[in-house]
Amino acid sequence: MASVLFRGIQTRPFLLYPSALLSRKNGVLFCTTKCSQSQTATQENQQTQMKVSPRTHTKKVEKILHDYEAIIGIETHVQLDTLTKAFCSCAYLYGSQPNTNVCPICMGLPGTLPVLNSKVIEFAVKVGLALNCNLSMNSKFDRKQYFYPDLPKGYQISQFDIPIATGGFIELDLPTEYGGGHRKFGITRVHMEEDAGKLLHSGNGSYSQVDLNRAGVPLLEIVSEPDIRSGLEAAEYAAEIQRLVRYLGVSNGNMQEGSLRCDVNVSVRPIGQLEYGTKVEIKNMNSFSAMNRAIDFEISRQVDLYSKGEDNQIIQETRLWEEGAQRTVTMRKKEGLADYRYFPEPDLPEVVLSEEYVDNIRASLLELPEVKRRRYERMGLSMQDVLFLTNDMNVADFFDATIERGAEVKMAANWIMSDIAAYLNNEKLSINEIKLTPQELAELISSIKGGTISGKIGKEILFELISNGGTVKALIEEKDLVQASIPTLLIFMVNIKFIK
Amino acid sequence: MLSSVQNPRLFFVRCRFQFHLPSKSRHFHGSVAVRTSETVMEPQTHASSTTPPSSEILTIRKSLLSHQKKAVDIAEEYLNRLRQTEPQIQSFLHVSENALRDAQAIDQKIERNEELGPLAGVLVGVKDNICTVDMPSTGGSRILEDYRPAFDATAVKKLRECGAIIVGKTNLDEFGMGSTTESSGFQVTANPWDVSRVPGGSSGGSAAAVSARQCVVSLGSDTGGSVRQPASFCGVVGMKPTYGRVSRFGLMAYASSLDVIGCFGSSVVDTAILLHAISGHDILDATSSKRVVPDFSSQLTSMELFESKPLRGLRVGVIRETLGDGVDMGVISSIKAAASHLEELGSTVIEVSLPSFSLGLPAYYILASSESSSNLSRYDGVRYGNQVASDELNSLYGDSRANGFGPEVKMRILMGTYALSAGYYDAYYKRAQQVRTLVQKSFKTALDENDILISPAAPSVAYKIGEKKNDPLAMYAGDIMTVNVNLAGLPALVLPCGFVEGGVAGLPVGLQMIGAAFDEEKLLKVGHIFEQTLQGCRFLPPLVADSLS
Repeated sequence: MASVLFRGIQTRPFLLYPSALLSRKNGVLFCTTKCSQSQTATQENQQTQMKVSPRTHTKKVEKILHDYEAIIGIETHVQLDTLTKAFCSCAYLYGSQPNTNVCPICMGLPGTLPVLNSKVIEFAVKVGLALNCNLSMNSKFDRKQYFYPDLPKGYQISQFDIPIATGGFIELDLPTEYGGGHRKFGITRVHMEEDAGKLLHSGNGSYSQVDLNRAGVPLLEIVSEPDIRSGLEAAEYAAEIQRLVRYLGVSNGNMQEGSLRCDVNVSVRPIGQLEYGTKVEIKNMNSFSAMNRAIDFEISRQVDLYSKGEDNQIIQETRLWEEGAQRTVTMRKKEGLADYRYFPEPDLPEVVLSEEYVDNIRASLLELPEVKRRRYERMGLSMQDVLFLTNDMNVADFFDATIERGAEVKMAANWIMSDIAAYLNNEKLSINEIKLTPQELAELISSIKGGTISGKIGKEILFELISNGGTVKALIEEKDLVQASIPTLLIFMVNIKFIK
Repeated sequence: MLSSVQNPRLFFVRCRFQFHLPSKSRHFHGSVAVRTSETVMEPQTHASSTTPPSSEILTIRKSLLSHQKKAVDIAEEYLNRLRQTEPQIQSFLHVSENALRDAQAIDQKIERNEELGPLAGVLVGVKDNICTVDMPSTGGSRILEDYRPAFDATAVKKLRECGAIIVGKTNLDEFGMGSTTESSGFQVTANPWDVSRVPGGSSGGSAAAVSARQCVVSLGSDTGGSVRQPASFCGVVGMKPTYGRVSRFGLMAYASSLDVIGCFGSSVVDTAILLHAISGHDILDATSSKRVVPDFSSQLTSMELFESKPLRGLRVGVIRETLGDGVDMGVISSIKAAASHLEELGSTVIEVSLPSFSLGLPAYYILASSESSSNLSRYDGVRYGNQVASDELNSLYGDSRANGFGPEVKMRILMGTYALSAGYYDAYYKRAQQVRTLVQKSFKTALDENDILISPAAPSVAYKIGEKKNDPLAMYAGDIMTVNVNLAGLPALVLPCGFVEGGVAGLPVGLQMIGAAFDEEKLLKVGHIFEQTLQGCRFLPPLVADSLS
């Protein structure tokens, strides 16, 4: 019930984003390696973010956590990028006019029946495998029942006792500016379900309108084990999920559009205490940095109550993150467990996976972020470089293609992370949208390394290549930019002396 | 034992094979002789004066193709009868304004020598819980009063493609919940055999409409017997197909794992033709089967071609548990007579026991109520249907549903909600599912040893309107014969097999034949032979008998 009421409040403005803008938003958005936050979950920071120095921020949390331990678990909803919705043939286009991507089935008209989109299974299996889960070869769908105007059928088709994937883990590296470190968090389960619609509340609150465009869009719910201990870890966990689903091509993972939504459960307990403290759910965090700050705020709040002996003031409730005030506030208190009266969905057959099907999907998986990071690390790159390059699969692919064509590893990384990234950031482009090819970048690096041109001239050529394309060779010849070799220079200088 | 049960009718069977050729004329004599020593009745004293039902669909087709009649004339004939009888029967919630126009279109097709679909010019009644794009579809509920769907149910779409004329929407117990049509949100349908009696339900409107020849055939839906019991009460043929044989897309869900769309006809042949038209896989229903659909009616040969023992080798099992306590003597006698009839036709009849039979009823009511509590959640007044305006969301839901649903529906929603609630799920829903598995297994065993199983379609004949209205348990108990078949998902055919005393002309008794999954073909074949060799019974209700004789 909790998530339901939330949906009503979290209504977002209807903006018609041109798709080009979206693709840019998904691309590389950070400037240079000097931008220390670029590889972290805080990359999604918005203008609203308060300037918090990473060091002081971490120290504050460390101090709190000296006597207390935070226990954090995250439920992540990932909207799947399927061509059609989960149980009907409607397309879902974010930002469409309300109730234009609907049909009798996703509107829940009498007599309609769901028919499963097989892509949903494929994507769920991909994510399950990528999260190192055990797959349920025989799973099923269940109905989760509650009333809310954005839920057309009065129940949500979900998975209850037999989720498609269970018992996995995810590994990640914390950003170096926060002290770094490798983490492994357990994944309890991954299950498939359908999204609900949205309520649009009128300005004065006198009425609400229902938009069912999103109703029936497939979601994966990924539930973590309560292994997470800080806001930073939580934000990095969510960022890694985002990276993973983007690598897998199953979702755009965009938090602003609601394609990736995190509900966080936070409790604290004095170090040494075995039983968990009362958990509080936090919602309404629209960026990773907001997650980080919201959780740390909540930990501080709870620890504060503990240290004042008022831990009975920590009640099971849902709290809302207020971005403006930078705090969590009570949204509603939980009164016992909601009874969703789950039972097996009789309109859908069981989901039966064959070994062959799973093997084919496993074989189709490309290199995942964690494997890539370890490979780059073995190449001798610093963790900062590794995190930067692996953050976006397109950047990593560009980097891989460049070194495949003979470029020196560290130089390739530096060029990509400095000048190319700066350019992309200024022009709001993704690395796939520029005219520079890995082949020419490799050529450029070789030319500089071989001494044919200087680094300075290389930079000039680079910008030429990025904006106009062409080859390094042609540009060098065209502009007569060959670096004077040392013997020539010496003769030149000697001659000058002679002249003098 | 059963084989020793003798019935005078058997004598006629033998006589027929030896001496009589079927007469083509349709005579009906209203005179009824009541055998007071038994409650079984023989409605006709002269066997030779009655004929087994012939196919109305094939008759219509023949007269259209031979230009003997126009589709418009045929439609008018039925519509006139509908108008005449409707004030008493009240089987329709809506009658199409387009029936004559559709018939004209058929006539134009004939004029242009275009090919006619197998149901061209056939007037079909459609139960009102099956969506039709050009007519209201209410499910018999006030909450959907005047609701017009945006699409045709797959079954209706297929009928239209076959040239059928949808004549109207028939009355039912609200959302299929009931056994009398008394739970309809709009009206109570009367039984054409005795208008003071119920037609059965929930597809009572569809059964009564066919019985009174207001339409040629009709669609119903069967969740726990809602096609078969009214077929029995109204003296028509009712077919509940295998779960998955017919697409449920467009059928307002009551209990999704049990619901099937079924067929009514005045003969087995018509029922078979109708079933063939609506069967088959549908991409819009994930539970519909991809099995090939045989041409059910092609196997149904005319009586002249029957051998003397046309059912030789057929193994028939009489379900022992269906002929015990709580079943009317007249019904038992009729079924026993029917068993003898089958034996006479060459089959071997034995008694079989389904030990889990009595468990089926409570299991059915738990599962059906549970699923319905979920399926009916969508009727919340937010998007369609009747909404009670309110300032606050919870009262909008509460008031709209309180106002829109009738008492039977509310009761089942409450029962289902209770059964699915945390802490009760294991004791009710889960246990009922275990019973369902047991029922499936016991049917499987019985059908491995027998080709078909037979039982009454209902423990009684049609009872008086109001008789069981305030006694829901008595009404639920009436479903004992049929619910197990839904739990097992099997096909079953109900066809008239005799009469018991009551009304002006006796009240029909239905025989239920249960087959293995997807073996409708066998049921229809056996049913056809049974029907065509049944002596002395003409199942035309007195209400329309005079006008049709």
